[in-house]
Amino acid sequence: MGLLSIAIWLPIAFGALLLAVGRDQNAGVVRALALAGALASLLVTLPLITGFNTGTAAMQFVEKISWIERFNLHYHLGVDGLSMWFVPLTAFITVVVVIAGWQVITDRVAQYMGAFLILSGLMVGVFCALDGMLFYVFFEATLIPMYIIIGVWGGPKRVYAAFKFFLYTLAGSLLMLVALVYLYFKSGGSFDILTWHKLPLPLNAQTLLFFAFFAAFSVKVPMWPVHTWLPDAHVEAPTGGSVVLAAIMLKLGAYGFLRFSLPIAPDAARSYDWVIITLSLVAVLYIGLVALVQQDMKKLVAYSSIAHMGFVTLGFFMFNELGMAGGIVQMISHGFVSAAMFLCIGVLYDRVHSREIASYGGVANTMPKFAAFAVLFAMANCGLPGTAGFVGEWMVILGAVKYNFWIAAAASTTLIFGAAYTLWMVKRVYFGDVANDDVKNLVDINGREFLMLAVLAIAVMWMGLYPKPFTDVMNVSVAELLKHVAATKLN
Amino acid sequence: MTSMNWSVVQPELWLLVMACVVLLADLFVTDPERRPTFWLTQLTIAGFAGLHASAHGSGEVGYGMNGMVVVDPMGHLLALFAALAMMATLAYARHTLGPRDMLKGEFYSLSLFMLLGIAVMCSANNFLVMYLGLELMSLSLYALTALRRDHAIATEAAMKFFVLGALASGFLLYGLSMMYGATGTLTIPKVFESIATGRINREVLVFGVVFVVAGLAFKLGAAPFHMWVPDVYQGAPTSVTLLIGGAPKFAAFAMTIRLLVEGMLGLAVDWQQMFIVLAVASLAVGNLAAIGQTNLKRMLAYSTIAQMGFIVLALSAGVVSSNTLSAGNAYSSAMFYLVAYVLTTLGTFGLIMYLSQRGFESEEISDLAGLARRSPWVAGVMTVFMFSLAGLPPMVGFFAKLAVIQALVTTNVPLYIGLAVVAVVFSLVGAFYYLRVVKVMWFDEPVHAHALDRAQGVTALLAINGAAVLLFGPFSGGLMALCRDAIVKALAS
Repeated sequence: MGLLSIAIWLPIAFGALLLAVGRDQNAGVVRALALAGALASLLVTLPLITGFNTGTAAMQFVEKISWIERFNLHYHLGVDGLSMWFVPLTAFITVVVVIAGWQVITDRVAQYMGAFLILSGLMVGVFCALDGMLFYVFFEATLIPMYIIIGVWGGPKRVYAAFKFFLYTLAGSLLMLVALVYLYFKSGGSFDILTWHKLPLPLNAQTLLFFAFFAAFSVKVPMWPVHTWLPDAHVEAPTGGSVVLAAIMLKLGAYGFLRFSLPIAPDAARSYDWVIITLSLVAVLYIGLVALVQQDMKKLVAYSSIAHMGFVTLGFFMFNELGMAGGIVQMISHGFVSAAMFLCIGVLYDRVHSREIASYGGVANTMPKFAAFAVLFAMANCGLPGTAGFVGEWMVILGAVKYNFWIAAAASTTLIFGAAYTLWMVKRVYFGDVANDDVKNLVDINGREFLMLAVLAIAVMWMGLYPKPFTDVMNVSVAELLKHVAATKLN
Repeated sequence: MTSMNWSVVQPELWLLVMACVVLLADLFVTDPERRPTFWLTQLTIAGFAGLHASAHGSGEVGYGMNGMVVVDPMGHLLALFAALAMMATLAYARHTLGPRDMLKGEFYSLSLFMLLGIAVMCSANNFLVMYLGLELMSLSLYALTALRRDHAIATEAAMKFFVLGALASGFLLYGLSMMYGATGTLTIPKVFESIATGRINREVLVFGVVFVVAGLAFKLGAAPFHMWVPDVYQGAPTSVTLLIGGAPKFAAFAMTIRLLVEGMLGLAVDWQQMFIVLAVASLAVGNLAAIGQTNLKRMLAYSTIAQMGFIVLALSAGVVSSNTLSAGNAYSSAMFYLVAYVLTTLGTFGLIMYLSQRGFESEEISDLAGLARRSPWVAGVMTVFMFSLAGLPPMVGFFAKLAVIQALVTTNVPLYIGLAVVAVVFSLVGAFYYLRVVKVMWFDEPVHAHALDRAQGVTALLAINGAAVLLFGPFSGGLMALCRDAIVKALAS
């Protein structure tokens, strides 16, 4: 078994084991086992970082064996500079989620932990799959654990949110399924993504494929106007669910643009870039304003996620290295920052059981350690230089300037809106006088919470101050992809 | 083709003899649970399955009874699957019979006769033999549905089933007689040759085909000939519902392939159009009507109609632009879909029976409330079934849908590509009501607090069934190859 296979199947095996033996009577064992599984899954991805050759755009750590001969399916895995970082990121976030749910989840612990571990393996599979159908299988299978997570451990409107999440994403991906089968037919019976990249296609076929993929990935990202499932899902999901949703699941959609839409239908992508650019700018501007008026902290961060993901898609369709690399960096940094933001809300919610901004005020007085972390993450969320949030946004804006000054100007208003909604929330929640008895009785974070916030804080600072390890990995692949997209595939 | 060739009908002879033996032997069984009858029946079916499996292994195509029956890999495979489905059905049903006054020897012997009918249909090479098999199967099923005599709903279901089934048989017979009138033969390959000459009055042929397709659509349960399905599925005792919804689907498929493909491929342009209408109507009616159901069995009945829509859709893509290049693809995807569907259906109805207890049928969707708390294992297995029916990977149902969509798209005809889109859109609608079952099991609080009384052995069978539905997805290569091989050989002969 290759490294990537282990990274996929180890968490799934641990998850299955938890489901099989775990009961609430032995919750302690279950938690320990889940942590062991998550840590082991993270450890096995580390050789990926150390062993990655940054000098080539070719797929690395490739595994390829025949899977279903009838369709010429292959179990084909590999990572390049576009996808490599998401494997350890997914495993890392899973560790954080396990720690975050340690004391909070007391009901059906084994199923909770098992669902997250299985989800982690499936998401790693999405990033590694180089066979179109293998990708689809992993992509769709992630819906099942997430549906259960939102529905079982979610808030009062969890059923509505879970259904909306499931049906929205399924609707998009079913069109992609037809597109995949169509590509299979057009390529003479191959589901190999790399073969599809080289496949010449007429413009109308490219256009149809582009929009079929767009249907799947824009829902997942999510882009305006198909974003409405996300605030519902985020608000109702348990903290861990929100973290995984924001940190990894949204990236599956953005990654899909890089792996499918752009290289398979480059001519259509260039012809219809205005669609993506427009929708991305709407996400940045309009959703930024929507975030400003939210009363619910989770909803606010959810809308801010949509705005940040708008930056990602905007960067991809600037067709230059800064924009695209910036988009990917933004994906990774948003993975850390949004996870941290949701964890902070989770910390407060566990104590006060309210997500309303109005229920708080002056938290910094009673929880100084926690407030320090929360403010750091808030700064990262509004893109303060020196934090992870800055790097990606800055690169995308620079890339946009090269493409068109006014797009860049519009996009850069996010720095204002982002700062506005984030800092206003920080001001109302953390600063000022102690607002009520709930806040007065707050107890500062314990060692477990400190640990999970600290590792994220390190990641956020590291990425902000020294992003080179991240950008080095993707540079060659991004250049190669851009070269590929610039060339026409019409025949 | 002109010899008795008794050896090719060995499995059916064994089944016939043993059905009579079971019928007689049961008279001397004193055990209140009728264990000897049950095991003798299972042994009979296992022997039947074994005979077909070994015959399938040889891979030969042969004729028997003066060309009345054909034995080919497809027939063997379908009979084998039907036998396995019957074994699972009887095992699931066993513990539910006693409390419902159905624990009689007739249950087992009628089941065996029904299987015999299925086997005859799978290897029929002649219109009359096909009809004979169909009636043997159907009459056994009518009787089985009515077996719970003093239960009003079951009797009503049996009545509906009988009347509509007889009507369908009438349609079919009428169509077949038209074909006979036009071609002058009842032997299926000769009908094919006769149509291929092009000298037959096409209007008569098409007229006949309309009735044949209508009869088949009744038996498959495709809309708009689906009216009996919800009533019978809901009204019949669950064990009989599974008998109707499991193995006979293989027979209906065999009948469709033998009559329409092997016999009337020359008229494919005509019957394919009808199949497209049937398919879209089934997908629409099945999926939309299922949304409103509160009774689990009735919901599954509508879901069956929708699933049949997929199979009919695949069957409609065999002959494209007057060539049969895509036929192997289309028909084998339909067959694989059928196997996947029956495998999942066995599990779902098996699970309903597993949950039912003395005086409590567990038929309502709300009866599953909080199942995940009462028994996470059972809820997990049911979740696998539901997601498989919804067509979510990695369950087998997804790969079945993939096979059908692949068959449709690779025809490269805009109509079929459009139909593929229609099919996936309706599976999105379908996802909603399957998800609702999952929701009830996982998100709701239990209503029935009492623990499940676990029937020995059935738990293991359910687990195996669940594992099969889960693992036959990613590891479906072998099964798909089997189906393809069978169809290719059937087309060649």
